Parts: sequence; C-alpha cells; structure tokens
Amino acid sequence: MTKDAHHESLVSYAKQLVAELESGESHNAMQTIANLHNKRDHMLFQEVGRLTRSLHESIKNFAIDTGNSRVQEEMSRMEDASQRLSFVIEKTEYAAHTTLDKVESIMPVSSLLGDNARTIKAEWDKLMRREMTADEFRKLSKQVDTFLTMAAKDTQVIESNLSDILMAQDFQDITGQVIKRVIQLVKEVEESLVAMVAMAGAVDRITGIRHEDLPDLEQKANHGCEAEGPIISPEKREDVVSGQDDVDALLSSLGF
Amino acid sequence: MKILIVDDFSTMRRIIKNLLRDLGFTNTQEADDGSTALPLLKSSDFDFLVTDWNMPGMTGIELLKAVRADEKLKSLPVLMVTAEAKREQIIEAAQAGVNGYVVKPFTAQALKEKIEKIFERVDA
Repeated sequence: MTKDAHHESLVSYAKQLVAELESGESHNAMQTIANLHNKRDHMLFQEVGRLTRSLHESIKNFAIDTGNSRVQEEMSRMEDASQRLSFVIEKTEYAAHTTLDKVESIMPVSSLLGDNARTIKAEWDKLMRREMTADEFRKLSKQVDTFLTMAAKDTQVIESNLSDILMAQDFQDITGQVIKRVIQLVKEVEESLVAMVAMAGAVDRITGIRHEDLPDLEQKANHGCEAEGPIISPEKREDVVSGQDDVDALLSSLGF
Repeated sequence: MKILIVDDFSTMRRIIKNLLRDLGFTNTQEADDGSTALPLLKSSDFDFLVTDWNMPGMTGIELLKAVRADEKLKSLPVLMVTAEAKREQIIEAAQAGVNGYVVKPFTAQALKEKIEKIFERVDA
C-alpha cells in the first residue's frame, strides 16, 4: 500500500469516527479508534520493515566479484567489511615487504658494480696518461675482463629484481576494488541510517515521545591531544600543518 | 651509534632502517610500540631514538614523556617520525622535549637533515 493510500484510509477512518461520534454510536466509535491505532502501527511496521530489508540487501549485496577465480575464492570467504579491509592491509604490507626485499638485494649488487667501475676508471685514466707499465696493463686487462663478465651477470640480477618490484604493485588493482566496495557499502548504510533516523523522528512525532538531551559530544571530541592519524585533506583544515616546511616553521617559532 | 626505531608498521621500520643505513648508521634495533621500546631503552645503551606517534599500547608521545622522566634516559635525543600533523600535537611534542619532528610522508633528505641537525646540537 502506498503512502497516499495509507493517508486516504486514515482520512476515511477519521471521517467515520466523527460520523459515529456525532450519531452517538460510541461502541462503533471505539472500534474505529482501535482501527486507526492498528493502521498507524501497521504503517510504522511497514516502513521499518522496508528500511530493514534495504539495509539487509545492501549488506548482502556486499560481495566481491573479480575475474580471477583464485581471488574470487579467497574473497568469498570474507563476509564483512572489516575482514576486507584487513585483507587490504595484508596485501599492501606484503607488497611493501616484497619491494623492500628486492631493493635490499639490489643495493649491494649495484654499489659493488659502482665501486669496481670507479677502481677500473682510475687505472684506465693511468693508461690514458701513458703512465702504465706492461705488468700493470696485463693486470688491468684481467680486471676489465672480470668486470665486464660481472656487469653482464649483475645487471641481469638487477633487472629481474626490478621486474619483481614492478609485479609487486599488482595489489593496487585488487585492493582498489575491495576498497570501492567498502565505500559503496558505507554509502548505502549511511543512506539507510539517515532514512532510519528520519523514520525514528517521524515515529517520535506521531507518538509524542520526547528524549532527554544527549550528552554533549563536542566536549568529548575536544578533550586532550589525541592521535588522529594521517590527515586526508590538510588544505581544508586550519589546525594542521601541510608539510615538513610548516613543521619547521612552527618549531622555529617555538625557539627550536 | 646505536639507534632504536619504534613504529607499529614493520614496513615503516624497514624504510627508516634502510635510510639510516644509507646515512651510515648500521647499528639499529626495532620495537613496535612504546611499551616494548621502554624496557629496551632502559636495559641497553641506545644513543638515539626514532619513534612514531600513533601506536597501540604506549604511544610515541607517552614514550617521549617517559624517556624525559627517566633519570638515565632523560638526555637521549628523540626524533619523532609521524603522520600526526596537528599544530597542537607538534607543540605538545616540543614541550615534552622532542629533538626533531618529521611528518610522514617524508623524504630521505628531510630525515637526513633532521638527524644531522640533532647531532650538531647534541655535539655542540
């Protein structure tokens, strides 16, 4: 039954009630009041039921589908948003560690290559200046030969590690999809909650229920200097710094 | 030079550890919050503390205050490396006696500058 239909039936009950009261049919009038009462309850139940269903739907619809069947399987085991977000933490942490592993294994290889190149360059310069003995030249030739073999091999190691670093960035696709789903759910839940609050307001108005004032939340929010985590939009806030330069300026104004 | 790195995220600890190694500081240890860091600091002879702010258990600012209140540790140089960017927090850290404050995300250069500055002052 639509809202208008409900309204019409309320009006018709009211008219009936007035008619019954005027003609002195008090027994019938009591019955009509009971009908009106039931009608009101019925409307509220229906509305609450509708909101509950849509909330339930939005939670139920919160299922991920990706093309990858392995991921899909993994995902199907995760049934709530916090689990999904934990999955995002795991994925990003794994990617960060993989990247760090690869970088750490490249660094000594690359720095050894550099060291050897610099050593050979010094010797080579000596040769160019014609300051080299035949013995030294033979030694240099061997060094160059070893270095070229090593460079060919090490650059392959570096390339393979770089390629692994590249591949470690594939978390972005999966985590992006998961987070989008969570955002969607949060939006739907918020909309449903707003509708429920409006509904609760309507229930209060109809039934005449009054609530005691809620404790001041503002006061609680301003208490102390709580950690807040990363600031997402510093440009929209007066009370946060926008980067290291701001921090340095603030500290130096404090005599640092 | 022995350095303690305190952060609840192991990746951030590794990044800081790598940057410190590039700066020539190879003797580092790690802790994942203030309450695990404090006993380490008390029982060992660290020369420098790098800490995050927001951590479960004991936070970085609480750790800083505990360090300054400890007779043995009170002059230990402390660098805060954190995403906490509220002015009142930076002021609180300064009042608690922090030696440097680096906001995340940071550059290797910024970390290097702050560390060098701290040691210049400590040595002076």
